[in-house]
This record gives sequence, C-alpha cells and structure tokens, in this order.
Amino acid sequence: MSAAAETTVLHVHTDTLRNALLGLAAATALVSIVGALAFGLLGPAKEAPTAGIEAPALVELKPQPFAYRPAGDFSQAGRPTNAALRTVSLDRPLAIMMHQVTVGEYQRCVADGACPRVAVDQRAPVDQPMVGVSWRDANAYAAWLSAKLGTTWRLPTDEEWAFAAGSRWHDDVQPEGGVDPAQRWLAQYTQESEREDVAERAPLPVGSFGINDKGVLDIAGNVWEWTDSCFVRRDLAAADGTQIVNCGVRVVQGSHRTYVSDFVRDARAGGCAVGKPPSNLGFRLVRETPAWKRWPTMMARLLKGTVG
Amino acid sequence: MITRRNALMGAAMTALTFATAARAEAPTKVMTPAAGGDLNLPREKVKLVTPPFVHPHEQATTKGPMIKEFTLVIEEKKVVIDEQGTTFQAMTFNGSMPAPMMVVHQGDYVELTLINPETNTMPHNIDFHAATGALGGGALTHVNPGEQVVLRFKADRTGTFVYHCAPEGMIPWHVVSGMSGTIMVLPREGLKTADGKALKYDKIYYVGEYDLYVPRDENGKYKDYDTPGEAYADTLEVMRGLIPTHVVFNGKVGALTGKNAMTAKVGETVMLVHSQANRDTRPHLIGGHGDYVWETGKFDNPPEKNLETWFIRGGSAGAALYTFKQPGIYAYVNHNLIEAVELGATAHFKVEGKWNDDLMKQVKPPQPIPPQVQGALRKGMIPG
Repeated sequence: MSAAAETTVLHVHTDTLRNALLGLAAATALVSIVGALAFGLLGPAKEAPTAGIEAPALVELKPQPFAYRPAGDFSQAGRPTNAALRTVSLDRPLAIMMHQVTVGEYQRCVADGACPRVAVDQRAPVDQPMVGVSWRDANAYAAWLSAKLGTTWRLPTDEEWAFAAGSRWHDDVQPEGGVDPAQRWLAQYTQESEREDVAERAPLPVGSFGINDKGVLDIAGNVWEWTDSCFVRRDLAAADGTQIVNCGVRVVQGSHRTYVSDFVRDARAGGCAVGKPPSNLGFRLVRETPAWKRWPTMMARLLKGTVG
Repeated sequence: MITRRNALMGAAMTALTFATAARAEAPTKVMTPAAGGDLNLPREKVKLVTPPFVHPHEQATTKGPMIKEFTLVIEEKKVVIDEQGTTFQAMTFNGSMPAPMMVVHQGDYVELTLINPETNTMPHNIDFHAATGALGGGALTHVNPGEQVVLRFKADRTGTFVYHCAPEGMIPWHVVSGMSGTIMVLPREGLKTADGKALKYDKIYYVGEYDLYVPRDENGKYKDYDTPGEAYADTLEVMRGLIPTHVVFNGKVGALTGKNAMTAKVGETVMLVHSQANRDTRPHLIGGHGDYVWETGKFDNPPEKNLETWFIRGGSAGAALYTFKQPGIYAYVNHNLIEAVELGATAHFKVEGKWNDDLMKQVKPPQPIPPQVQGALRKGMIPG
C-alpha cells in the first residue's frame, strides 16, 4: 500500500505543495479502497502477517435465520419469566475465530506488555485455550490484536455467539415462576444438578471438542466464552419498555449460559448460582465487519421491504 | 520419610510401654463375645452407614443398657477432593470421610472391633473422646497392618463426641488425612429442653468437616502421591503453616451439593451433627437457624435457642435441631465465608413444601428507581 503512495510522491515534481498533497491523497485513497476490496473479497484466508503476528484462522458466516432467546432477567407482573424464543438473523456477515484464543497467543500479548499476566501452568501446551481470564483481560487482548493487525477485533455479542454455536447452541429456558418463589429455585437447582458433567474439566488442546456445523472448533466444550453482551433486567409488561442494563456483568456462553462479573477470572465460586459453575473462562473474538460489507444485506432487505 | 518398616518399628516400641496392660486384655485369635462375659448384658450388633446418613436408632428408649457391637475397617486410599481433580492420600475408617456416626444410649457399652487390613501401609489406633482412660482407648488399640483389636468402653456421659486415629509420632497427620468420626450418646429418655420439654428429630444428618493440607509444586499445582508415606514430609510442611488448602464437608468440595444435597420438608425437624476433629468452625444455615443447639455437643447442658451461627471448637462435635419453615434451597456453611466459598466448606439443603408469605414476601420486585429520586437512571445512561 505505502509503496504505491511513495511511488506517486516520487513522481511529483516541484509543482505547488497543494497539487502534491492532492495527488498523494488521491493515490492513498485509491490504494486503500483497492486494498480493502482485496481483503474483503478474499474468503476465509489468513491476513498478511504483521510484525510477526499470524492472523487468526477465521470462519466467515453469511447471515441466516436462527433460534435465539434473549439473555437476562425477565419478569412479567412481578414474577420471573423467560424472554420469548425468537427467530432472528444477524444484520451482517460474521467473521469469528475458528478456535478460542490459545495460551501461546495470549502470552504474546503479555510479552508485549499489553495484557495482564494471568496465572498459567508453565507446562501448559501453547495450543491449549487460554483460560482463567476475565472479560477485561479478553478486551485487553482484543485491543492489542486490533493494533497489531490494523483491523478491529472484539468479543462476540450473545447473538453472534449463538449463531456461531449452530447446533451446539443450548436454549437456556428457566423454570417459570409462580406465586411460590421456592418452586422456581428448587426447579432450577434440580435442572442444574442434572446437567451432564463434562468428563474432562482441565482445558484440552484446540480441536479436542470437535468442529460444529458452522465450521467452528470446540464451541460449548469445557471452556465457557465471554461475550460482549451486558446483563439486562426487564419487566416485559412495562409499557415504556425500560430495562436496567448492568455492563459490570457480562453474558458468558458455553454448554449453558450464565452471567459473570467482568473482573472474575475463575467462576468456580459463582456464575451459575448454586449449580455447576463454568469449569473454565476463555474467549474467542470476532473481526468487525467494515460498514460497506453490510450493504448487500441491507439492500436485500430493502428490496424485500423488510428493513430493520 | 516414613517407610512402612520405620512406622512399624516405631509402633512396636510404643506398644512395649503398654505391653502389660495390652496383653491382659488383648483379644484371642477367635473373635467371640466370650471376652465381655463379665457384664452379663444383652448384645446388639450395629451396622454402620455412610455419612451424611446415620444408622437407624431409637431416640428415647425403654430398653436397659446393652453392649453395642461395632466394626471399623481402616482403609488408606487415594481420593479426589475437588472439581479440578486434586488427589489426596486419605486415611479412613470404613472408607469414608468422615467415618460413620455411631449412636448409643447413656449406660451402654461400646464394643469396637478395629481392623487394620494387611493392604494398609501404617499402624493405626482409635481415640474415643467419649471414653475414659488409656488416651481414649488409643493406648489399647494399636494395630499393625494385618492385625485387629477389640476395645470396650462405657458410654457414661451423653453428647456427640469425636473419635479419631492418633498413632504416636504422626497424630495430627492421621487426623487431617480423614481419620475421624463421631459417636452420639443419647439420654435414655431422649433429648429435652431446659424445662424438660421433649425434643424429637424426624431426620438426622452427620456433617464431618476437614481441614486439608495439600502440597503444591513449584508451579503452584497440587501434587499427586502414590502412597501416604511419600506424601508425609511435604504435607507436614504445609500443616505447620496452619493454613489449609481445602476445607471440605464429607471429604470433597461439593460432596453435599447437587444430586447429593441434603433434603427435608417444611415442618420436618432435622438434627444436624457437625464434627471437626482438628480446627474451629462456625456452622450457619443460610435462610434458617439453630432452633436448639448444643454447641459443645453435650446434652447435660441445656441447648441454646434460636442461634444464627454456632461454634464448633476444633476437636469436638456439636448438634443442632431445626424445624424447616420455608421451602427452597438452603446453604449450610462454615461461616468463615472464605473457607465456605473458596476452600469448599459448603453443603446444600433442598426443602419441599409451601411458601409462607407471612415470614417473607417480596413486596416489590427489583425495578428501575423512579425518576427524580436520587440515583435514578437518566435517559441514555448505561450503568456499570
């Protein structure tokens, strides 16, 4: 990219500075567009390595309808209830990491001084998912990766995670609440007690939990993943639809969904109430889709008359 | 490092000092009741069950004093003590942590056959806090692998009492390796309040709390050992720091939770016996109380009433009665909450029944603070 601009600059003679700057701007813009197009049109290939960092393997998914139940604490007329199960569709393609961020990858961020040092077994293989990380640690990694690669990386939203989980997505429907609050607690406790225990609690090498129908590795295995979605509490009956959003608590996804405070690295002592907490907290990132890539989907919707 | 040979030698040396007494009452090869013939009392063989359950027994009894026969088989075994798979070289009576609870009545005689199978690597013995003399029976019950012994003592005072292994030279190690249990000696007329009102329980649970000291390697990971002897030196070092790595109920983090949670019904009176053979603890039933608590565990003292949290001093067992009033989930914890949550000292109760709005009611569910009130969300604000 910069080589082309430099070439342009070299060919500018002693014309006015204004002409030279215009020429430079035009050349840079042209090259940028071409570059962006080139990156965008390429399939799920790796990006060109930058400063020794290999771009992560990505899975690119086109939007498709999928089942989803909103995350949070919902009530109806003062009684706990579930949000409705809906069929939704993302408004843009999803580019998500094929596997969870590994020990080796996270340690490189730590070595660069950009990620907090987190306790890691010295003997842990580098191709194992990085666990024992908080939402804040995950965001530090995302910021570092974005700076390294020149693209924007972030945690998936709960919806994006649910879409990527495909057939492994689990509908976390809570027992309904009645007049007697204890019945719900007992039902929840029994539900959590009966959850199938993953045989191996310690993190396993990437790929150990297999590939799902979306081409994503190890999703809903024994590592629970941070999402960017905040805890929401809403009274479904409230006329104005106000909700309380607590972004100090984030949605955590895995073989079941839970809510964990953003600074927690080991949810052993909480997260899934009195039931089985997440065995391990880790994460994978999505690469932000540039705005222009959303046009085809938006156009399609406009044509179908189904905007928004 | 203790090898089997060293340990046996040590035990043999100690045994010599009590040789005379030991020989006089040492059992013959055939285990018959003939040895207890001097008492001329009826006998009853009791089959022990695994905690938290307790063998069937009468509370108030019309029977006279009896000789109650119990058998404990010592088992050294490697166990898993937490969800991360941490292993532990445990020493147990009858394979469980804690050892089974025994129940007799005041005036009964406890006749224990203590068996140390030859598959074990160490000598063991037993000290009953309920017994009198010979170090609680410890001096008369040294058994090497391949040996067994019969001890009889009179249960002359009422209460819940710890029993534990206590072999000279390695007493604390055996105790914090899992080798303790409880014996409850009930008054013949059953339990009573200070003013003589009868107290009966519908259900009884026995919780045995352990402070465990598991060595770590240079990476901070818990170490794994093949035999107790190999674990000894490292474990002793952690023990001397007096800070346990795990504090667990019934042998393992989460042992009394999930599918193994204790159960009750609204209206049922539950007796909760809690032992800690080594270290202080302070049980608390979250959402409930101790209606009648023998904190020190001795029934000649009137029970305290309506306690939120009670104190079990290390080296003792206490007893608490509670009649459940609300359905739902309760946690029963050591109320040093660091020990409860981070180190494992938590159990759960699942209680069925009808909710009582009079005792507690959520008048208004959580909802946004009304506008104009201090702390209300302003439009467009996202908290947290």
